[in-house]
Amino acid sequence: MSLLAHKHMLGLVDYSEQEITMILDTAMRMKDILDRPVKKVPTLRGVTVVNLFFEASTRTRISFELAEKRLSADTLNFSASGSSLSKGETLLDTALNIEAMKIDVVVMRHKSPGSPHFLARHLDSVIVNAGDGTHEHPTQALLDMLTLREKFGTLKGLRVCLVGDISHSRVALSNIIGLKTMGANVTLCAPATLIPRDVQKFGVDITHNLDEAIQNCDALNILRIQLERQTAGLFPSLREYQKYFGLTRERLAKASSPLTILHPGPMNRGVEITSDVADSEHSVILQQVTNGVAVRMAVLYLLAGAQPQPA
Amino acid sequence: MQRNYSNFEDPARARNLILEGARVVDPRLKLDAAVNLHVHDGILTVAPADVPADADVIDLRGHIITPGWFDLHVHLREPGREVAETVESGCQAAMNGGFTGVACMPNTDPPLDDVGRVQWVMEKAAKWPVDVSVIAAATRERAGKELVDMSELVEVGVRGFSDDGAPIRNTAVLRHAMEYANMLGARVFQHADDPDLSSGGAMNEGEWSTRLGLPGIPSVGETADVLRCILLAEYTGAAVHICHVSTKDSVQWIRWAKEHKLPVTAEVCPHHLFQTEESCKDFDTDYKMSPPLRTEADRMACLAGLVDGTLDAYCTDHAPHSWEVKMQEFDVAPFGVVGLETALGLAFTHLVPNVMDLAALLERTVYGPREILQQPIPQIANGAPANLTIIDPKAVWTVDPAKFRSRSRNSSFKGMTLKGSARGIVNRGFAVIKNGRSA
Ligand SMILES: [Zn+2]
Repeated sequence: MSLLAHKHMLGLVDYSEQEITMILDTAMRMKDILDRPVKKVPTLRGVTVVNLFFEASTRTRISFELAEKRLSADTLNFSASGSSLSKGETLLDTALNIEAMKIDVVVMRHKSPGSPHFLARHLDSVIVNAGDGTHEHPTQALLDMLTLREKFGTLKGLRVCLVGDISHSRVALSNIIGLKTMGANVTLCAPATLIPRDVQKFGVDITHNLDEAIQNCDALNILRIQLERQTAGLFPSLREYQKYFGLTRERLAKASSPLTILHPGPMNRGVEITSDVADSEHSVILQQVTNGVAVRMAVLYLLAGAQPQPA
Repeated sequence: MQRNYSNFEDPARARNLILEGARVVDPRLKLDAAVNLHVHDGILTVAPADVPADADVIDLRGHIITPGWFDLHVHLREPGREVAETVESGCQAAMNGGFTGVACMPNTDPPLDDVGRVQWVMEKAAKWPVDVSVIAAATRERAGKELVDMSELVEVGVRGFSDDGAPIRNTAVLRHAMEYANMLGARVFQHADDPDLSSGGAMNEGEWSTRLGLPGIPSVGETADVLRCILLAEYTGAAVHICHVSTKDSVQWIRWAKEHKLPVTAEVCPHHLFQTEESCKDFDTDYKMSPPLRTEADRMACLAGLVDGTLDAYCTDHAPHSWEVKMQEFDVAPFGVVGLETALGLAFTHLVPNVMDLAALLERTVYGPREILQQPIPQIANGAPANLTIIDPKAVWTVDPAKFRSRSRNSSFKGMTLKGSARGIVNRGFAVIKNGRSA
């Protein structure tokens, strides 16, 4: 029984400003629960959630698991290394098995874009996308937005710059979609080889100059750079990347006003971000982690736990 | 005498058959008239003076009869992937789709790269009323290194060589394959692509691949290879055929090559003419094909290329895949879409008469493909072997893959309503006509 217009959370692409606002508002109330001495409410009692992780992601899985437990759901963890086929079983077979076990909610992480959409077509369960390859990672974007909204009061007109490997990030697309829906201005800053084709159709600005970007934004969301992209020929060396696209104290000092720094983790300290920046007073990286639990509680509550208001 | 002509599994012999009342069209013979056709032991009489008393008469008023259509690019999957298609099921799909001839590609497992395997397919096909031309592999094992025994293969009837499914990557090997095939009166069919650019890609690189987070296949990879083929054709004088053209720039360069009288031919598929990358938006793997569905601008350029003759053949790239392998994650599922049973309906829904007339369409479906492969051109004339496609241009039907004769269901046109359908074919002394019970 969902209070949202959507049964699932496959991505932020179809979510309206009102729905995102409802999720962020609900997440604020969930944060209150996290501050109580007994951090648990019976909201999802009797609801069974399976965390279906086809790809290792300890942080996201723990964050979801904690959110589920705080809401008193029954939880199960399923992890498979590599693809669903590594055990010779197809994703469809996996789905049908879940269906047969009468699960209510599936939280899913998979390397293939669209795999939660695939599952949603074959299951009655509520599907929550916990990252489908380089497609969407909606709860990450929501926790980023919650963190920014806490800091700035509103997302409308906020200038946010995403820095780093936009092409291969599982964070970038949901952030772009969500921030644009909420009325923020989005700039992408990366080497040309790490910017996906035609991404400007989302209404974002693109720059290859981090110093310039820093002058024109309120918050920087620093994305993880994957070391194997260098051997794929997408940039010449980590040293060069760090020099031109790495966030350092000196670079940050040139900003006209203090900037808020986000990073979805895990960080490569000294590559895309230096430790003195990551641990500085401008960094909200640990708030992001706390907000992650609250946002996931809100999403699960709204999709699977909330009763419609009496008319 | 009553005979049932609607049996696909066991086609009836065309011994003594009157096809009555259809509009009979053979543009190259300037024939376009409502006349009866008599097929006697597979041989035609046009407008017979009288109807033989013992003939089977099939009422085809409101229908069109044309020379038999030929699909220049299909995959029959045998040997190796019989679960997806066989020579038999592929021939039945061709019959159901109105094709009397197909050219099948060699990317089977093992590949069709020697005389024994090629003849094995030819023998399997011989009992069906569909002319199956085998396009042999251009290189041994399709590995892109050593040429196959081209002379021997040409001796058994092969006129096309291709490593389709993949391009011949090494430019020297491509050059030599083109030169050697050309010496034998055959030509290389190139699946134009740059694997370094397309590797790992799942759909066209562009706005939609970015929206869907799917790895992209850039259109420039195809076009760059098309240019490589054109440059080699110019340098060597050898003929080359570009398979399943999908990009605007490919069409432009092929047009340029033809303007410069280079021996370059090309083909285009219905999905590239009638669908775009946006179809991938629900991650439905029936829309995953190689080359991928492109942009609207690419689609329009392909359409213009087909209309003005830059693209010589309208073919399907019929690529059957079993339900199991298509029912996977989008990036994991194989490329390919079936097409034999929808191509004619799509042509009558979207091409004729809106963007091209019937005569022009038949250039791309009857004559062009056979000229490229040097197959005999069917004629609707007295004494000629009956090689006919029977079309019901007014039939309105909804594409239901469950009703295909193909063993596979991976159609990107599923659920679409089409106007115009294949009623049947006559070829090789057989007739297969749906609801074809003589009066
Ligand atoms: Zn091909």
